[in-house]
This record gives sequence, C-alpha cells and structure tokens, in this order.
Amino acid sequence: MDYLPADAVKNVVTLEVDESTTPNQLVDKYRVPRAEVHLVLINGIYVDEVDRDNPLNPNDTLAIWPPVAGG
Amino acid sequence: MSWTKKILRVNLTEGSVNVEPLNMEWASQYIGQRGLATRYMFEETDPQCDALGPDNKLMFATGPLTGTMASTGGRYSVITKSPLTGAIACSNSGGFFGAELKSAGWDMIIFEGKSPSPVMLNIINDKVELLPADDLWGKSVWETDKLIHEKANDPQTRVAAVGRSAEAGCLYSAIINDLHRAAGRSGVGTVMASKNLKAVSVRGTKGVGNIKDPARFLASTSEQKQVLAENAVTGQGLPAMGTQVLMNVINEVGALPSRNMQDVQFSEANNISAEAMLEPRESDGKANLTTNAACFGCTIACGRISTIDKTHFSVENKPEYWGNSGGLEYEAAWAMGADTGVGDLDALTYTNFICNEDGMDPITFGATVAAAMELFEKGAITTEHTGGMELKFGSAEALTWCVDVVATGEGFGADLGLGSKRLCEKFGDPDLSMTVKGQEFPAYDPRGIQGMGLTYATSNRGACHLRSYTVASEVLGIPEKTDPLVTDGKAGLVKAFQDATAAVDSMGLCVFTTFAWTLDNMAPQIDAACEGDWTVDRLLEAGERIWNLEREYNNRAGLTGADDTLPPRLLKDAAKTGPAEGKVCGLDEMLPEYYGLRGWTTDGQLTDDVRQKFSLPA
Repeated sequence: MDYLPADAVKNVVTLEVDESTTPNQLVDKYRVPRAEVHLVLINGIYVDEVDRDNPLNPNDTLAIWPPVAGG
Repeated sequence: MSWTKKILRVNLTEGSVNVEPLNMEWASQYIGQRGLATRYMFEETDPQCDALGPDNKLMFATGPLTGTMASTGGRYSVITKSPLTGAIACSNSGGFFGAELKSAGWDMIIFEGKSPSPVMLNIINDKVELLPADDLWGKSVWETDKLIHEKANDPQTRVAAVGRSAEAGCLYSAIINDLHRAAGRSGVGTVMASKNLKAVSVRGTKGVGNIKDPARFLASTSEQKQVLAENAVTGQGLPAMGTQVLMNVINEVGALPSRNMQDVQFSEANNISAEAMLEPRESDGKANLTTNAACFGCTIACGRISTIDKTHFSVENKPEYWGNSGGLEYEAAWAMGADTGVGDLDALTYTNFICNEDGMDPITFGATVAAAMELFEKGAITTEHTGGMELKFGSAEALTWCVDVVATGEGFGADLGLGSKRLCEKFGDPDLSMTVKGQEFPAYDPRGIQGMGLTYATSNRGACHLRSYTVASEVLGIPEKTDPLVTDGKAGLVKAFQDATAAVDSMGLCVFTTFAWTLDNMAPQIDAACEGDWTVDRLLEAGERIWNLEREYNNRAGLTGADDTLPPRLLKDAAKTGPAEGKVCGLDEMLPEYYGLRGWTTDGQLTDDVRQKFSLPA
C-alpha cells in the first residue's frame, strides 16, 4: 500500500497510458521494487513473470500484490 | 520419540479418569493428532452411532511435534463423529492449549460416555480430575475462561471450552481455546456439550522431552525457521496482511462467492478486506487491526488482533466489546460478509467476536445466514418466523441480530443453528444449501477455481478448504502455477494436496508452513525428533493411509460416492462475471479420474487392494 498512486481511492486508480505500456513499465513508473511484485493479474487472469513485458490492451484492469497467501 | 506415549481416557458416564500407554504401532503408521485419533475412532466407535449420543467419542489429540521447538508446533485437533455431517470430524486449532496439554505429559485425551451433570476436566501435569461445572453451564466461553482462571489463580492455565450455542444444540458449535482460537468446524463443540463436558483446563510444566536426537533436532528446526523467515509469503505477506489479503485477490480472480453463491464477485469486497483493516477510521483515528499475533512456537504470526469502532451500532451501548480481541480471518470475513452481501467491516468484526465468545463456526454461521437471506427474499422465511427482523442480503443489522440469537439459541436462532442444509430442507428449498455432506463451503467459488470443486466434493469432513488447498497452486502459484479455469490435471493435484496435508496435520504442524515448506523441509525435523526413520515417502504414505481410513470410516457411516457432489447451483448455473464468466464447475470431468488415482471403485468405495497396501484395519 506504500506504493499506491497518490490519487488512488480504495486501492484503485484509473490511468491513461500509451498503447505500448506494459505491467513492468507501470511497476517501475510507480517505483515499486520488482522484488515486491509477486501476484500480477490482468482482468483477473494470472500474468507470469515472463509475460509482464507484454503491452496492455484498452480498458484492461491491472492488479498487483506483494507476497500474499491465506486460507 | 517426542510422543509422551501416554493418553488419558475419561469415562464421563462413570466419572473415571484412567491412564493408558499410547499405541505405538499405530503411531508409527498414523503419526499422531488427526491420523492417530482417527485410528482410535475407527477401533472404538461404531461409525453409524448417534453423533450426539453417549456412544460417540471425543478425542483431543496432539502430534509428535506439538509442544516442541519446531515452528508452528502448537497444533491440536478434536476428532469425533460430526453431528452436522455424519462423517468423521477433525477440527484443528492453534493457540497455546495443545502445546500445554503435551507439556503436561499427554498425547491425547479420549472422552467417552456422557456425564449425568455438567463437568470440566482439570489437568495439572499428572494430577487429572473431573470437577463439577454446574456454575459454568449457561456461561459463554469468555465467562467460562475467566471463572476458571480466577479459580486456578495461574495465568498460564489454558482453557478450551464450549459456549451457550453448543449447550443450545447449534449443530456447528466450536470448541474455543485461548479465547479466540477455534477447533471450529463440523460441530465438535456440539458433541462436547452433548456429553455435559463444559471445559478442559490444562497446565503443563514438564516440557516435551524424549527427542530422539536433540542436537540434530535443534539444528533442523533452526534451519527450517530460517526458510520460513526468508520466504516472501511466510516471512512478510502473512504477518503483515494476514489471510484477509485474499478478499480482493479472490474477488479479482472472479471466485469470491456472494449472496449465497449466486454471484462470483462482491462489489463491496474492498470494504471488508485486509487493506480496509489497516485504514484509520473517522471516529478515533485507529485502524481495525491493532497488531498481528502468533500461536505457540510460530514464527509466521498471521493472527489478527482487532477492535470494533466504538460508535458502530453493534457495540455503541456495549463497552464490553470495545477492547482488543481476535480479528477477522479471510474465511470468516467472506462467509459473514461477501456471502451475506454485508460490506460493513465493524459488523463483521462484531459477529466474529460473538462467534468466539459463544463458540460458533463462522463459516457455517455466515453461510447459513446467507441461505436464510435467500429463503427470505423468496418468501419462504418471513418476518413471522424471525419475529420482525428482515433478513435482507446486505443488511448488517440482520447479520448482527442473527449472531446474537444463534449464540443463545433463542427463537429463530434455533433454526439458524441447524446449519443451512437442515434449514433449507425445513423451509422447502433444499437446493439453496451450499454444502457438501451437510457442511458449508468456504470462500472459493469452484466455478472460478475448478480444483476447489473436487476438493469440496471429496473432503472427508464435508466442504472444506483445508483438506487440499489447491488455491495455492491455482491462484498463488505455490508450489507451481496451474490454470484455475481448467479441470485437466486437478485430480492429481487434489490427491497430492490431500495426502500431504494429512501428514502435516498429523505431525502437529500448521498447514500455513506449506506456503514455504514442502515435506522435504518437514521430514528432517520429525526424523530428528521421533524414533524410526521418517522420510518424505513415509510421510506421504502415512498421509495417504490416513486419507483412506477417514474415507473408510465415512463409508461405514453410510456415506457413498453419491455424496461426493456439489449443489446444483455450482454444476448448472454459470458464473455471471469475471474470468470464469459462463463456466460451471466441471466436477464430472475430475471425479472419475480422482477415484482412479485413489484406487477406489467407480462409486467411491475402497478396494481390498488399497486396504492391503496401507494395512488398514478390518
């Protein structure tokens, strides 16, 4: 939560980005250490570490969590 | 070794307490705790007995690593036949009670019969006595704990007790130890109350000796604690955010059941999440979460200690609930929140406190309220039944009213105390009960996480996430990522999780270690502690043996393959939103393969080959 954009409301923010923007570029833009980025979802679907340099599509929802688990 | 090799047998009908040697042949096959007590249940009870009659037995069991310096080695389980499901029940709890029991010199307590009047068992090392408990009957767990501590005059006395809900016959009553840790599921507290046993208090000062190779054990447990500390999930994620961090994750994945599993996402999930528990509130600037907390010997510390906003309607005139107590875990917050449509964090924290205070399983409680709300919206339950309360989805007032009436069993609380299966049957719509074998689902929709459908359907204690937590693989990628939306490969995944988890439970360790550890990390610890050679293969074999014996008990209790199914809603009504949109749970694509991997018949019965392979008792 320390790395959330300042204008985030309830952990959510709408961003205007270029067509070529990737999850990893957004991670770097908001200065989130890559080591803290564990679970990445686009529209609820898991994005493997090797796929995080692929561009986002229009209206995608990107979700990023640090190490988490539960049960 | 590390088993104390002694058990207590308490005959409540006669009022007698006897000491017996632990059956070490069984310990070598079934390890301890869950597995070993199941072996005793199989030997000593008729699986068809009345769960609430004197012929059922109630076993408090520790594992060989309980009470040792192995990380998380504080677990005990309560094993009995469940009044909710008719199947074998095994409810696992943390806190400090289990380690204290072991430290007093006991591997297990077996309660049998039924006391003619309320009693409690008091254990101070070798001094064990049944005491009258008429003064405790009718009291909540918290009042009971306080009164026992006042008499014992020893703050280190550990108490496990049942509350008023169990006395009133609520079929999902828990046994609560250390005020807010629960042997929670399947009505083990209801069985305890049916025997007129109100509480067990224990003080143990012996410690756990008998370690086979103390130097190697010290080195191994230290090394494995380092693994937990350095792992991102067990070292950072769980202590900081607790299990509740999953609320937003599972909602995003499209597997957060809402409104009695009509939907797979909840619009107010964020309001009841781990993130919300950290937000300062307007009234006093404090967050819901005060701190994290650890059970005995645990180096993860995922527990939550919370307060309720003093200005919240549920407690504004009840200062006794203004202090810190056990906070929300994910499963409880889901059942009482997302499943009922209630997005009010303070209301959920209040209902959680009451579930601890009077001993109810918050999963079954919340899911039963959700079923009642759907019955109310359909007109089957009316305000005439409830005495005026409108059981509408999303109503925090209705939720908090429900927990108060179930705690005492008054009025409509007796109906809610039946659990959703019997409630929905009573009000004419049995398909609205979201259960397997009569026990309610936890917080993962099997349309969005397919492996959990097979997990629920085949769990030996009815719907349960803790028997094979494939969420770890399907959502979190531990130990490796699988696709939650496909059924392919899930039969093998579920079996592997089931067998390994049975071994973890039976050692006396916490299943949360498995976010960092595999059996490769555990085998050296138990091997250094216990006589005999303990390898990964032996642990897996024991886990599979335990799984099969639980299944055999259930089959003899009258359950069949026909009971390995899910409610029609999950098999026929497709998910409406999210990644799983359009999907149902493909249970029939997984179940036959699962039976095959188990070596069972096509209708889910054990074969003689399996019985022989695992040397199961006749």
